[in-house]
Amino acid sequence: MSAKYGQIVKDGLWENNGVLCMLLGMCPTMAMTGTATNGFGMGIATAVVMAASNLMVAMFRNYVTHEVRIPVYILIVAANVTFVDLGMNAWMHELYKVLGLFIPLIVSNCLPLARLEAFAAKEPVLPSFLDGLFMGLGFTFALTAIGAVREMIGQGTLFADAALLLGPWAKVLELRIMPADWGILVLILPPGGFLVAGLMVVAKRMIDLASGKEIKMAGAHSV
Amino acid sequence: MSTAMKPTWVHATILGAFCAGFGVLLALTDDVTKEPIKERALEDKMTSLGQVIPKSIHDNNPVTDAIAIPNPNAGGHGGTAETVVYRAMKGGQITGLAYEVNASGGYGGPIKLMLGVAPDGKLLGVRVISHKETPGLGDKIDAVKTDWITRFTGLSLGNPPVEKWKVKKDGGQFDQFSGATITPRAVVGGIRTGLEFFAANAPRMMEKK
Repeated sequence: MSAKYGQIVKDGLWENNGVLCMLLGMCPTMAMTGTATNGFGMGIATAVVMAASNLMVAMFRNYVTHEVRIPVYILIVAANVTFVDLGMNAWMHELYKVLGLFIPLIVSNCLPLARLEAFAAKEPVLPSFLDGLFMGLGFTFALTAIGAVREMIGQGTLFADAALLLGPWAKVLELRIMPADWGILVLILPPGGFLVAGLMVVAKRMIDLASGKEIKMAGAHSV
Repeated sequence: MSTAMKPTWVHATILGAFCAGFGVLLALTDDVTKEPIKERALEDKMTSLGQVIPKSIHDNNPVTDAIAIPNPNAGGHGGTAETVVYRAMKGGQITGLAYEVNASGGYGGPIKLMLGVAPDGKLLGVRVISHKETPGLGDKIDAVKTDWITRFTGLSLGNPPVEKWKVKKDGGQFDQFSGATITPRAVVGGIRTGLEFFAANAPRMMEKK
C-alpha cells in the first residue's frame, strides 16, 4: 500500500503534474501567475478545495449513479469553494483580502473536476484525499514556478508582497533582483503567461528525457 | 453503482438529495459567517476612512454618521445614482467628509478612489481603493507602492487653479509616471470631479441630521 501512496505523491507533484503534464487548469494558471506570491496563493486555495472535494466524492462514490455524477461533482466543488470563501472572509480576513480574489476562480478550474472523475470516483477515501492534496500541491508548485519566472524577468522582483499573504516573517522572501524601473513588461502581461507556461512544459519534458524516463503524455482528458 | 438502466426517478432523487443536503450546509455556513463578515466589512471601511480622515479630528463614527447625496455621475446600481458621504465630527461640528469617487478612463476600467475633504474644500487625503491597472506601471497610484497619491493632500479646487488639475503632459501640474500617462490622468481627473462634487453639494453635505 505504501508504494501506492508514494506513487500518488510523485504523480501529483511531478510525473502527472496537473499543469505541466496534463495541461489542465490553464485559466487560473494564466490569470494568477503575474507574481510568485499570487501563484502560490491561488495554488494553496486550490489544494484545499481539491483535497476536500476528493474526500467527499470518495465518501459518496457508492451512492452516486453514473448518469448524474457530473452535476453532483460540480455541486460538491462549488459548495467547497463557497465554504472556503465564506469561512476565510469571516475568520481569516487578512488572508482573505489577498486570496479572496482567487477563490471563486477555483470553480472554473477543470483540474479538480478531472481528479474527481479520474480518481476519487473509483478509489477509497484516504488515497482520494491524498490525490487531491498532492495534485493541488503540484498545481501550487507549477504556478509558483511560472509566477517566479514571470516576476523576475517582468519586474525584477521575487515573491513581492509575500508578507501580505504569509505574514510579516515573509519579508525575508521578498527580493529585488533588478533595479526598480527594470523589467520586460510583456512577461507580466497575458502573453507572458502563455510563453512561460509553454517553456515550463518543455523544461519538464527535457528533465524527464534527460533522466531517461518515459514521457507520460496527457494523462487525463479535459472535461 | 454504475449498473445500467435505472429508472429516471432514481437519478433524480439522488441529485435532488445532494442538492438539498449541500443547500442546507451552505445555508448554515452563511448563517454562521454572516455576522463576522459584516463586522469585518465595517472594520475595512473604518480603515480606509482612517487613511483619508485623521483620527485626531473626529470623536464620532463616520460610518454611522453618513448621508446619501444624489450624484448623477456616481452611476450606482439600478439607477440609484447617489454617493454616500461619511461625516467626521468633533463636538457636533463637521470636521471632514469622505466619499468614494469612480475615476473613469483608467487603462483597466474605472479606478475607485476615497477622498477626504475638509469643510473648507481642502483635501485631507486621497487613497486608491481598487483598480485594475497594469502591474509595475499604473499601479504606482497605490499608496502601498509609491507615495505619489499623497501629493494631493492639502490641495483644493483653487490650488492649483482648475485648469492646472491635469497631468503635465496635458498642460497641468501633476507628474505622470514614466511609461504610464493614462492611469495618472484618470486619477487626477477623478479627484477633480470629486472636488467639483463637493463644491456643488457642500451645504447639503454639512446639513445637520
